[in-house]
Amino acid sequence: MTKVTIKVNGKPVTAEVEGRTLLVEFLREKSRNTGTHVGCDTSQCGACVVHVNGNAVKSCTMFAIEADGAEVRTVEGMQNADGSLSALQAAFQEHHGLQCGFCTPGMIMSASDLLKNNPKPTEAEIRHHLEGNICRCTGYHNIVKAIMAASGQDVSNIAAE
Amino acid sequence: MYAFDVTRPKTVAEAVEALGAEEAQALGGGQTLIPTLKQRLASPSVLVSLASIDEIKGVCADGDTLTIGGGTTHATVAQEAAATYPALAALAANIGDPAVRNRGTIGGSLANNDPSACYPSAALASNATIVTNTREIAADDYFQGLFTTALEPGEIITGVKFPVPQAANYQKFVQPASRFSLVGVFVAKYADGVRVAVTGASEGGVFRWTEAEAALSADFSPAALDGLTASADGLINDLHGDAEYRAHLIKVMTKRAVAAAN
Repeated sequence: MTKVTIKVNGKPVTAEVEGRTLLVEFLREKSRNTGTHVGCDTSQCGACVVHVNGNAVKSCTMFAIEADGAEVRTVEGMQNADGSLSALQAAFQEHHGLQCGFCTPGMIMSASDLLKNNPKPTEAEIRHHLEGNICRCTGYHNIVKAIMAASGQDVSNIAAE
Repeated sequence: MYAFDVTRPKTVAEAVEALGAEEAQALGGGQTLIPTLKQRLASPSVLVSLASIDEIKGVCADGDTLTIGGGTTHATVAQEAAATYPALAALAANIGDPAVRNRGTIGGSLANNDPSACYPSAALASNATIVTNTREIAADDYFQGLFTTALEPGEIITGVKFPVPQAANYQKFVQPASRFSLVGVFVAKYADGVRVAVTGASEGGVFRWTEAEAALSADFSPAALDGLTASADGLINDLHGDAEYRAHLIKVMTKRAVAAAN
């Protein structure tokens, strides 16, 4: 066992882990950030996407030991300082960018990663960026719409599908 | 996964020493190796993570050569190689998905030599030099078949030196489910000729289409390929596409690459 310390949403969390302990297991079982989901566990679906030192990664495909000393942000760290929903989260709610909600944490983390580098993405850029995030409910249209709305773009002419 | 330890050396020297342990294995970004471990297809005693070794990270242009550290992620190559070698940067920008590109490395991809990986085609078409902790290996000698390379046990790719071409392009026809290349073709034009490398198609891994190279060296245009047919011998035959289909795609993607490079 190895002792690792990871700063999760600004709060240092220290725990003993095995070499094979995945980052997502650390987040869910040690720091109890269960908003990060395990969907496929094969790095296909993106439900486990978190930010490690500011970069989006699939936390099911990284070992906890590799994140020792890193700053990790999960969906629990995405709200505004006063606890209200961030603009991106509010847009998902407003535009029905989710149904069952299982993929949503990963969608939010991937979308915020996109908007950080590309504040006004086109629809095509959003769809390309979400290639590693799978949603089996929405058909993606409303997710794309929510991200466009969150980036301040007019979505009134985009039909809900 | 079977149990194993993970070490995080800070230098190549420390990593080489750690890899001397019984059943030790190098870990790059882990985007292929970790899923492999989950399937219990590998059982190392210790994984030597190369992700904390700063000396093998980075992109550096020097004259006509672009050198990329073996531990450089696809995301970094996509960004930092764009000005010097745009075709290579575009290839890196379309590997996997954004989260995979933030972890996966060029050294890991080349060491694994997946027959459908993108990077081997760029290295082979560019006549790149694979630099390890002990030697330099020409791409023509490096790729030796399915998941097989010239690397010795414990040898680490510290960098890759790409001669920058006059023109180049990579065209990937993706397998729609996995998004790996069903056929990918990298074309690179140099003063002394054109090189064409094909990934995704062959049971022997990445290979050069030498007939196309000769035709394109004489006339760098899509029409130069009109009379050629890629051989289906030794190509992958699976439910995603039979060998004849892949052979057909090789020519189509080569033409598209030449058209885009011009």
